[in-house]
Amino acid sequence: MSPKQNEEPTRAALDALAREEYGRLCASLIRVVRDFDRAEEIVQDAFAAALESWPRDGVPEAPAAWVAAVAKRKAIDSLRRDERLADRIAVLGDEGERREVDLTSVEAMLDPDHDDRLRLMFTCCHPSLAREAQIALTLRTLGGLSNAEAARAFLTSESTLAQRVVRAKRKIREAGIPYRVPPDELLPGRLPAVLAVLYLIFNEGYTATSGDGLVRADLCSEAIRLGRVLDALLPAQPEVEGLLALMLLQDSRRSARTSPSGELILLADQDRSLWDVGQIVEGAELIERALRRGAVGPYQLQGAIAALHAQASSSEATDWQQIIALYDELLLRAPTPVIALNRAVAVAMAYGPERGLAEVDALAGDGELDRYLYLHATRADFLRRAGR
Amino acid sequence: MQYMILIYDQEASWASMPESEIGAVLAQWGEFHKELAASGSMISGERLRPTSMATTIRVQNGDKTTTDGPFAETKEQLGGYYLIDVQNLDKALEWAAKIPLPEGSLEIRPVWPEGEA
Repeated sequence: MSPKQNEEPTRAALDALAREEYGRLCASLIRVVRDFDRAEEIVQDAFAAALESWPRDGVPEAPAAWVAAVAKRKAIDSLRRDERLADRIAVLGDEGERREVDLTSVEAMLDPDHDDRLRLMFTCCHPSLAREAQIALTLRTLGGLSNAEAARAFLTSESTLAQRVVRAKRKIREAGIPYRVPPDELLPGRLPAVLAVLYLIFNEGYTATSGDGLVRADLCSEAIRLGRVLDALLPAQPEVEGLLALMLLQDSRRSARTSPSGELILLADQDRSLWDVGQIVEGAELIERALRRGAVGPYQLQGAIAALHAQASSSEATDWQQIIALYDELLLRAPTPVIALNRAVAVAMAYGPERGLAEVDALAGDGELDRYLYLHATRADFLRRAGR
Repeated sequence: MQYMILIYDQEASWASMPESEIGAVLAQWGEFHKELAASGSMISGERLRPTSMATTIRVQNGDKTTTDGPFAETKEQLGGYYLIDVQNLDKALEWAAKIPLPEGSLEIRPVWPEGEA
């Protein structure tokens, strides 16, 4: 075959590989070279080398190992060249880790069981970074999104996003944010930020009404993919399972949520045969497993609500009483007006529009939701159904 | 790495605290101070007298004027500090979180190393 004919399979193989391996390689390299920029550079170089050599020589049998081997060589070269390594290790170094160049840690990059992505997640989502910076950094380093892609997905300019990333990396370096998974006693304090970042990435893809549709659907898949990585690396955490379940269950309705012309279709009016059964089954199993662990949290409660919707054959057949009870639990933990409004919708479904109307009017009286379009739409819908 | 823990407390809340409670907080604080000093991580740490004892020199266009009081009226006031040398930010946060401050904020800032741009 001529090189030209080989470009297509190369592109496809590389795209598939990049999604999974970019973050994994980045995570290992940051640990090895102690520098976000340098690590990203090496990964990008390794992928560029593949793009150059695969159309000529064919896609190797083990593409991931091929790219990792190239990255490893470049990392070793980089370490040998670097005189300032000792300084950098002092900064990003983990407690108890040796200060000299450790080539065995470079070797570990080639071990498929070795995974540093959990460290990377916690460092990207460190509480001393602003939420926007956490999101940008997570998408860049773990998702392998370019600044342009991440900017498009979050409807911001590329320069704003690039600046956010540069500042975040600078803060990690200069404020001495460690590259590690927090110890067990800090985990309850640190995990919520990681979960919040993943869910914000998901929601940005899910609730968007404008922007680049494809990139935005990708955001949902990316958040779910990272959720799976988190669940695999930090197993048996009920809120991690709860979040993954919640995202799967919401995503299962993706193709039923919009009309061919792009308008949003409400849950009650969706064609339920379009829902993704595989995602529903997986999500429902996850949420059951999480709840059995006996440490209920907001993601599990939202996941349980989503599971009840997903398993009902119609809006009428939905267990609204149970949903109201779950919203009550959720309100105890996160008393937000949006959750209260969702509860009002469930009340209307269970006990009729008049009861729902009373709840919505009480909420509207608080004034907090005045500019929330959904409140007025919900109110109008209740009025219509009450025949007023 | 060196970090400065800036302790912002509420002078007003100290003023309204019963004597016995102040005694208890100060005893706890003494324990913390001893623990930090014994760890070898402490470079220095001091408590400051209240802002009513402060004098401010304001510099504007090269002119210097000396006035009484703090540089700004705020709800929380700088009441003390610790300068520590620890491995990373998490270690600094861990120490800061142990400070038995009854009300206020703790700001943790890395020290700008000499000679670094």
